Amino acid sequence: MSNHSEPTSGASELRPDDGSRRSFMKQAGGILGLALAPPFISQAERLTAFSKTVEGVSAMRLNVNGTVRTIQAEPRVTLLDALREYLDLTGTKKGCDHGQCGACTVHIDGRRVNSCLTLAVMNQGKEITTIEGLAKGEDLHPMQEAFIKHDGFQCGYCTPGQIMSGVACVREGHANSEAEIREYMSGNLCRCGAYPNIVAAVREVAGKGKV
Amino acid sequence: MDTEPKFFETNPQSGSVGQPLDRVDGRAKVTGQARYSAEFNNLPGLVHAVLKTSDVAKGRIQSIDTSAALKEPGVLAILTHQNLPKLAKTPNDAQSKKAIGAPMGFLPLTSDQIHYAGQAVAVVVADTLERAQHAAALVRVNIAAEKPAASYEDPKAELFDPQKVQDGKTPGHTVRGNPKAAFAASPVQLTHTYVHAINHHNPMEPGATTAHWEAADRLTVYEATQGVTRTQKALSTMLGLAAEQVRVVTKYIGGGFGCKGSSWPHTVLTVQTAKAVGRPVKLSLTRPQMFTSMGHREDQTQTLKIGATKDGKLTALIHEKTSTTSPWDDYAEPNSRIINLLYACPTFESSYQLARANVMTSTFMRAPGEAPGSFAIECSMDDLAYQLGIDPLEIRLRNYAEKDPSNGKPWSSKSLKQCYARGAELFGWSKRNPKAGATHDGRLLVGWGMATASYPVHNNQGTARVRLYADGHALVQTGATDLGTGTYTVMTQVAADALWITPDKVRFELGDTKLPTAPNSGGSVAAGTVSSSIYMAAQDVWQKLIKQATQDKKSPLFRAKPADVVVEKGRMVLKSDKTKGEDFATLMKRNEMSDVEGSGNGKYGAGYESGLAAGPADSGHQDDMAGHSMHSFGAHFCEVKVDPDLGTVRVTRWVSVHAAGRILNAKTARSQIIGGSIFGIGCALMEATKRDQNFARYTNATLADYHIPVSADIPEMTVEFVNEHDPYINAMGVKGIGEISMVGVAAAVANAVFHATGKRIRSLPITPDKVLETKMVQV
Repeated sequence: MSNHSEPTSGASELRPDDGSRRSFMKQAGGILGLALAPPFISQAERLTAFSKTVEGVSAMRLNVNGTVRTIQAEPRVTLLDALREYLDLTGTKKGCDHGQCGACTVHIDGRRVNSCLTLAVMNQGKEITTIEGLAKGEDLHPMQEAFIKHDGFQCGYCTPGQIMSGVACVREGHANSEAEIREYMSGNLCRCGAYPNIVAAVREVAGKGKV
Repeated sequence: MDTEPKFFETNPQSGSVGQPLDRVDGRAKVTGQARYSAEFNNLPGLVHAVLKTSDVAKGRIQSIDTSAALKEPGVLAILTHQNLPKLAKTPNDAQSKKAIGAPMGFLPLTSDQIHYAGQAVAVVVADTLERAQHAAALVRVNIAAEKPAASYEDPKAELFDPQKVQDGKTPGHTVRGNPKAAFAASPVQLTHTYVHAINHHNPMEPGATTAHWEAADRLTVYEATQGVTRTQKALSTMLGLAAEQVRVVTKYIGGGFGCKGSSWPHTVLTVQTAKAVGRPVKLSLTRPQMFTSMGHREDQTQTLKIGATKDGKLTALIHEKTSTTSPWDDYAEPNSRIINLLYACPTFESSYQLARANVMTSTFMRAPGEAPGSFAIECSMDDLAYQLGIDPLEIRLRNYAEKDPSNGKPWSSKSLKQCYARGAELFGWSKRNPKAGATHDGRLLVGWGMATASYPVHNNQGTARVRLYADGHALVQTGATDLGTGTYTVMTQVAADALWITPDKVRFELGDTKLPTAPNSGGSVAAGTVSSSIYMAAQDVWQKLIKQATQDKKSPLFRAKPADVVVEKGRMVLKSDKTKGEDFATLMKRNEMSDVEGSGNGKYGAGYESGLAAGPADSGHQDDMAGHSMHSFGAHFCEVKVDPDLGTVRVTRWVSVHAAGRILNAKTARSQIIGGSIFGIGCALMEATKRDQNFARYTNATLADYHIPVSADIPEMTVEFVNEHDPYINAMGVKGIGEISMVGVAAAVANAVFHATGKRIRSLPITPDKVLETKMVQV
């Protein structure tokens, strides 16, 4: 893994523009309908700059938590499955696989994204941060500390997604009041019902300006 | 019980127990290091399985064409009813079902019959998840479909009066006194019907199994289960193996709420698939499959008749429930249990009616019976209060049960009056305008409601092992599970106090059948049973140390009778002269003992008080064998704001006060009550799985369509516990709180909606359409 490095030239121009659902749809269409959908060919060509083929298994380079790692996977592999099944980064959870629960939330170039709604192949060259990359060595991220202090979880399965969302929520400037935190954290379901504690944790971190 | 040590006596002032200790597994969970059952990726040659399920609810498989799927790269096998390796036993007959402990009397892939939509018809295995998913889509299943029965409301469904419901634990018909005559003679009579939607547990972690045959007769399964031992029993019985040949591991589980309390078909199918391909196999249910693979709370209608005097004293309670069950089982939540005992009432009758439909068997879901049963009685008590012009809290006090009305036994402890009083104080209940529909906040209608909560202490028992090292560290082990309820943490605290060391010196291990046997985490039995097991194991350690001391010439306790030595603040001392004694570290070092190990059996509920009840674990029906009736009690207070034009209901304030014996950790206990209340708010306002009445298929089996509460739905919540000492329930004096937290919640919300709007909505969930179409009641 260590002998692979990031593409050096033109990486930023080649990057798909963002991690939104709309661009996912466009890019997925571009891959699946390569021959049939001429408007998307350029999109597919952009992606092939990173993976040699759009069909079958190819090498993909993913920059996860500051380390570029290569996996052998098909283009239909979601970022979530790439993390969990190919990179053994199982901290990112699969709760629904359809962008409905937020358990798979990661940061892509600093933005929170449901990793089940984006393909791994689309995220080459981007900075991907997962729950495993949040702490600095033994030092927990303030949001992780606040979740422990305020008991912002029970079973822990939605927790990585909640924490990644919580960090983004504060960075976005969407943590100015409890009501705002509730609204902007509502994409992350918690069946154990830790919501009041999660709100307390996010509010504390936002208040300290430590993110 | 009298001779057994009690925590109250050995630790009159607890140290760590009760403190709001941060979760000891917190760091693993916030860093993503906690491994759940689908996350053991490093097994040699691990491959992926996915289920192919039936869209049809009733019929017979004519053919399955796997040819296209098998040609796909990476596909290793496709198992169907035609080639699944044969099992020693299946749950398809009643006797085997019982032996297995199966929740459902039918195992898919054992015949060509289709009994419910979502039934597994094939398992597809490939080297990657994507290939398995794609190949499953290529499997062609030809089913000769028949017209299914969809629910008890379907005229095609056969209705019958079961002898017993809930796997034989609850009689189908119960009578106390002469309720019909009492009702007829009552000056106040209420008859109301309550409807409850289908609910699904939907823990955030889907059901998952990783099966690894380490040898032909040695299996390890990483399973999302609330009980490793129950899963071990189910699998070993079906496979024809000895229990010790099957190891089940569950270190972390992403919520359960009852649906992971039994061994469902996908588990053994994964195990058989692993056998067929000769490699470890991992299977995770998809979210839509979660609606048809691990049970649900059944669709049900309850009719409750209440007879009362003009001053609001109950004279009769007559309860009837009709619900849907599967083609094979007689499962119904025992709603009548709580109605029979919540209030002093001289007469009572309950009857259950079931309808067979083409659905899988329903199962226990958080507070099974108590949750929907409390919705009926707590709404009816509210009706009674309004009708008689009595405060809803006062009507409950007038009917306060000083002993258990269902069996005449005294309570082991009951602090409900204190819960009412403290809850009312925290909420400001006395400021409530008694008139419904009369409180406003701008254009919103404001309502205050309350309800009582209660949950039984179910008889159970389990064992634990404690190894105390001479350096003051301890290893504590038992095969319990932590559903997120805090088992890891509270048991660490219990062990610390019992051994008189600090929690950071305790390493607590759970979730493995290699460890001593603990009960399923279900029925709110884990905290009381496991804590007592650990406490008793620690007492065993002390007894061994005391024996050693009394035989050691160099000990100040030499030649003392062990019975004359007690442990005080971690020192073994003479009862008669407490200056004579020594601590364990001194004794162990002098005797060159590296460690001492003890084991203990903890009993919870009836078995603790009465030897008659001592029997196999998980036997809820033995609860009545003790001299006392054992229950937790509590009260919920709720404020809602209702938009009169849109019919939307928002919960804006919440207060819960509970009494549940000793609270082991103030922080995790509060979280559990908050969580259960939120679970109940979901049930009250939004949760409903819709089954199409023509096709008997769910129409909203996703998390986008089956609504559960999100952060924006939930206000700040206030939770308190009433201090309660109960010497009859277990060595620790602990009652469970996992389920009582949601009992009465739906009623508290419905009662608040009535107070806000004057509209009595008796159908859960209380969605805007129902709020808009329901007429105001004049009271």
